[in-house]
Amino acid sequence: MESLLQETLSLKTFAFFLLIGVTTLAIVLGFVTYAIYFERKVIGWMQFRIGPNRVGPLGLLQSVADVTKLLMKEDTIPNEADRTLFKLAPVIVYVPAFSVLATFPFTETLYLADLNIGLLYYIAISGISTLGIVVGGWASNNKYSLLGGMRSAAQMISYEVPLVTSVVGVILLTGSLNLHDIVTNQGDNIWEWNLFPQIIGFIVFTIAAISELNRTPFDLPEAESELVAGYHVEYSGFRFAFFMLAEYVYVFAIASLATILFLGGWYPPLAMLDFIPGIVWFLLKFTAIVFFLFWIRATLPRIRVDQLMGLGWRVLLPLALFNIFLTAIVEFVLR
Amino acid sequence: MAEYINNYVIVAIFIGLGIFLPVAALTIGRILRPNKPYHEKLTTYESGNDPIGGSQVRFNVRYYIFALMFVIFDVETVFLYPWAVAHKSLGLFALIEMLVFVFLLIVGLIYAWRKKVLRWTSI
Repeated sequence: MESLLQETLSLKTFAFFLLIGVTTLAIVLGFVTYAIYFERKVIGWMQFRIGPNRVGPLGLLQSVADVTKLLMKEDTIPNEADRTLFKLAPVIVYVPAFSVLATFPFTETLYLADLNIGLLYYIAISGISTLGIVVGGWASNNKYSLLGGMRSAAQMISYEVPLVTSVVGVILLTGSLNLHDIVTNQGDNIWEWNLFPQIIGFIVFTIAAISELNRTPFDLPEAESELVAGYHVEYSGFRFAFFMLAEYVYVFAIASLATILFLGGWYPPLAMLDFIPGIVWFLLKFTAIVFFLFWIRATLPRIRVDQLMGLGWRVLLPLALFNIFLTAIVEFVLR
Repeated sequence: MAEYINNYVIVAIFIGLGIFLPVAALTIGRILRPNKPYHEKLTTYESGNDPIGGSQVRFNVRYYIFALMFVIFDVETVFLYPWAVAHKSLGLFALIEMLVFVFLLIVGLIYAWRKKVLRWTSI
């Protein structure tokens, strides 16, 4: 990848980049398909059920069948809805979700775009998805979706602030926004990762990230018991599928980002284990985070809407700011 | 440095693919899916009742206040990021200056807190 990025842009390199993009897209779609299957299985086991087991061997084709069904479903757009915005909203949500993947490094040599502003790029682009949710909720002209969209927007912007401030500590330790540099600045041993020096940052990041993903216990925008389905009440067929797809692509993105920022990317937890290739370590950490998200969904109840905003502004934001200056001062004293 | 542009070519490809997938999937879907609309199907869902009034109305001002606070603190992070990148070479003066800056914003947060902006009482 490195030599390829050094070459002058020609039709051949462009074709190669396009191939990389398409491969990533295929991998992500495969991940989403089996993440959904895995989530339903894991939650099923945790609740003493079996989970999907009918379509294909062990139910492995369940998600494929679901996607096919969604593709063949009739697509209804209510008469009262704003048609242009209604059609645009799923695209606005999905495009940033996929675009943020362009900057992730997976191993020392296997990385995509090596941007100097990688982390800033992720944060800037992922913020756009909120807009799509508000647009979808408003354009549906439905009371449930308006409420869901508004709540969702309020929640996502409230937790975006702690999320972006919690990673400043990592930037302080590295002195770079380049995700590849952030990983190489960590080391071969678990105590050289950013996890322990940035433990406050990591906790704030995790909570804020779960909230950004709109997952349980922060899934108020889709609180079935009060808002039917939240901002996508009126959506059906493949437009609905794109909202769901974007959500799971963000699971992929957040799990990768947490691995890169805090868990040492492709580095092994102990230096003597470095004979195992980096990609295995990356995938292990990545899978652990994804599993953690599913685990939380099976375990925790949904929190109330009044508790939600309070947690973000009164607890997480001051903690994240405290973490920044603690890191800066310690870094300054030790230097 | 001319080669650095390659990284942005990849970013552009990713954005292009991101737009391509929904457009392609929805176009293919248009051929595959049935389309039999009738009046009842196209009414807005409201738990089975006929919808009363529209929903594109003036809405709770509370969300607007949160949006304002978001803008303030997001701009703050815009200033925090460059400082964090250059912290190792800037030293004590920039650190204290940043502390003063964030302290002023925290005063604002405490003010909002005391004004009960952060307390969510309605929908």
